[in-house]
Amino acid sequence: MFDEIKIIRHNGRQFIPDPVTAVVPAPYRGRPEIRPGKTDEQALVALCPTGAIKTGPFRIDLARCCFCGECAFRFPEKVSFTNDHKLATNDPERLIIREGQTEAIRCDQTRIAKQIKKMFGRSLKLRQVSAGGDNSAEFELNAGGNANFDMGRYGIEFVASPRHADGILVTGPITKNMAAALQIAYDAVPAPKLFILCGTDALSGGIFADSPALDRSILDKIPVDLYIPGNPPHPLTIINGLLDLIS
Amino acid sequence: MKTDHKKYLIISNSDSVRLDAIPVLPYADFTAAVETLLLKPETHCVNYFAFPDHDGLKFIICIADDLQKELCVLSHKQDASGGRELASLTPRIPALHLFEREIHENFGVFFTGHPWLKPLRYAQERADQAADMNAYPFYRIDSEELHEVSVGPVHAGIIEPGQFRFICNGENVLHLEIQLGYQHRGIERLMLKKDGLLQRTILAESIAGDTAVGHSLAFAQVMESLAGIPLSRQLAIERAIALELERIAIHIGDIAALCTDIAYALGANIFGILRTGIINYTQSWCGNRLGKGMVRVGGTYHPFNETLKKNLLDALSSFEKMFVELSHRAYKLPSVENRFDDIGTLSEQQARTIGAVGMVARTTGIPRDIRMSHPFAGFKYYPYEPVVLSKGDVFSRFLLRRKEIKRSMAWIRDVLSHETFDEASERPVTLASLAPDSFCISLTEGWRGEICHCAVTGPSGDLRFYKVKDPSLHNWKALELSLRNLEISDFPINNKSYDLSYCGFDL
Repeated sequence: MFDEIKIIRHNGRQFIPDPVTAVVPAPYRGRPEIRPGKTDEQALVALCPTGAIKTGPFRIDLARCCFCGECAFRFPEKVSFTNDHKLATNDPERLIIREGQTEAIRCDQTRIAKQIKKMFGRSLKLRQVSAGGDNSAEFELNAGGNANFDMGRYGIEFVASPRHADGILVTGPITKNMAAALQIAYDAVPAPKLFILCGTDALSGGIFADSPALDRSILDKIPVDLYIPGNPPHPLTIINGLLDLIS
Repeated sequence: MKTDHKKYLIISNSDSVRLDAIPVLPYADFTAAVETLLLKPETHCVNYFAFPDHDGLKFIICIADDLQKELCVLSHKQDASGGRELASLTPRIPALHLFEREIHENFGVFFTGHPWLKPLRYAQERADQAADMNAYPFYRIDSEELHEVSVGPVHAGIIEPGQFRFICNGENVLHLEIQLGYQHRGIERLMLKKDGLLQRTILAESIAGDTAVGHSLAFAQVMESLAGIPLSRQLAIERAIALELERIAIHIGDIAALCTDIAYALGANIFGILRTGIINYTQSWCGNRLGKGMVRVGGTYHPFNETLKKNLLDALSSFEKMFVELSHRAYKLPSVENRFDDIGTLSEQQARTIGAVGMVARTTGIPRDIRMSHPFAGFKYYPYEPVVLSKGDVFSRFLLRRKEIKRSMAWIRDVLSHETFDEASERPVTLASLAPDSFCISLTEGWRGEICHCAVTGPSGDLRFYKVKDPSLHNWKALELSLRNLEISDFPINNKSYDLSYCGFDL
């Protein structure tokens, strides 16, 4: 008993007091910024491993970006990654970073039904489905519930059964072999329900986008309520994205 | 590089050789040579695969000899005209069962005498496109007394998918069979399709996100060997440090998860918090908590330096203080021991039969560790002595993690006390021209066990075939076997004590 009390005392306070204002130090790669000015745009397009960089006008699509940072290492005068970890939004247009853009990424509040905030604002239970995920986004989702990040303090929890859930959160690029199970899990959630994509692989297929082993057709049928970019997303990206959506 | 009686080629870890230097034997001679090689207790098969070669298939097997620190490579070839039927080696060498199943699934080769030639992962490029994921031929026992429990593919919790089928007698499990493949993304095919070095590196990092360093290191070693890129001592050592940090982080996370599964809240929370310190250190080094971005071919964007060295020593000492205090308590609690002791025992014999690797082998008394037997990266300069336990139960796997964390910390400190790190590390290369018509095998010891990447190049140095093997390929069988005659309620702690990879198996 006394041993336990000593351990608890020595452990001290380890939780992050406020995940909304918490800062992740560099060299963490969060929201990128593009400086105006001439550069070899074609070279940048060619080096991006996931085709996230496009020209006319020059832009980076965070739905595709795998946050490897190659563009910033090779063209530091053009692209840099800030440590802003708030990347999630419900509007895919807002995931596209253009030249000179330094504004933060947030949800478009006009797109969120009032019912969502009313019903899930203080209690959100999600069922996570891994559909080809590499276990990194899953790792960070689990971390989001640990004693440091403690997303349970906002009433956000991951539950075992889709029947108990208010929505599905998908990780991974959605493989053919998992597509049917994902659909069944989604159908089992009672309405109103959320559908959330977590991690670059889920958002666009990421590095697997051109694989014939994927079947992303479910995305044609189900509207997406939140896109959480990252490879994998930092727990603070996940928590702040969910909070922006529901509270 | 030498050949023994012209039956097989002997090479070392991360060697590249001309494809035509690998002896091609008639199948009967091939099987005889493989059987002879695998009779010795210090050998095991690290990879066996087939790839299209002109109008037929070429099969290459790689057998590691841990005492001689050698890799024996031999092959056989089958023409399309000769039919696609071969006598299975599995009845005599059960450890090969998965490799033969994989070759059967991908190329339609029929291994006669194989006891369970079932689909492996329902790969996109499988020979039998009609094979249906939802109609996997599970074993069944027709009996009035027995019942089956089906779990998955979606499991309770934030976890990857797989289908588990238990045949139970009351509460006791008679047999467990695991069907995987849900995570199949077609990694090996994509490796050929992607032409950029960086694209391939990102792909290697995504084979299993919790082993990003282990797999990307195995990949980088293949590319550097085939392209003849020399590596500095400093880079080799940095990579080994990153690999050991990955091991410490995942091991401590698994210790926490095992505590969670037995409702030991103090252990679950504080061991979990300890992991945060380590992965945040990794992030302060390379920008990513899982070490993505750390390993690049030929160099690094994140050179280790004296500041990072000081911070690492600080991070390790604050980690160690709490880790030692808590593990002194947690590992001696009767309620913890009682729950883990004698549960899910895998015998040494079983481990040898299925060709178990890594942690699972080392908990049954088999000293199988690539860091020692086929040293790579920094382990060439600073030898690593593996931790070996003998009981093979859940408690052994719980304990091995604690001991490996201590050993890894000691290894890192030893390295840091002898090395100085100047910032002049090489930058990554962006283009590499690979040696034509060659074969390369690269092994690393990730936290789960040995990772093996093999590559075959074509006449113009193009990548013709790429083979990835995660340690989970061997070790899932260990979970199935060790669950026999246990209560089904012991499945969660048993499963967690292995913490095997679904995506690493499914590719």
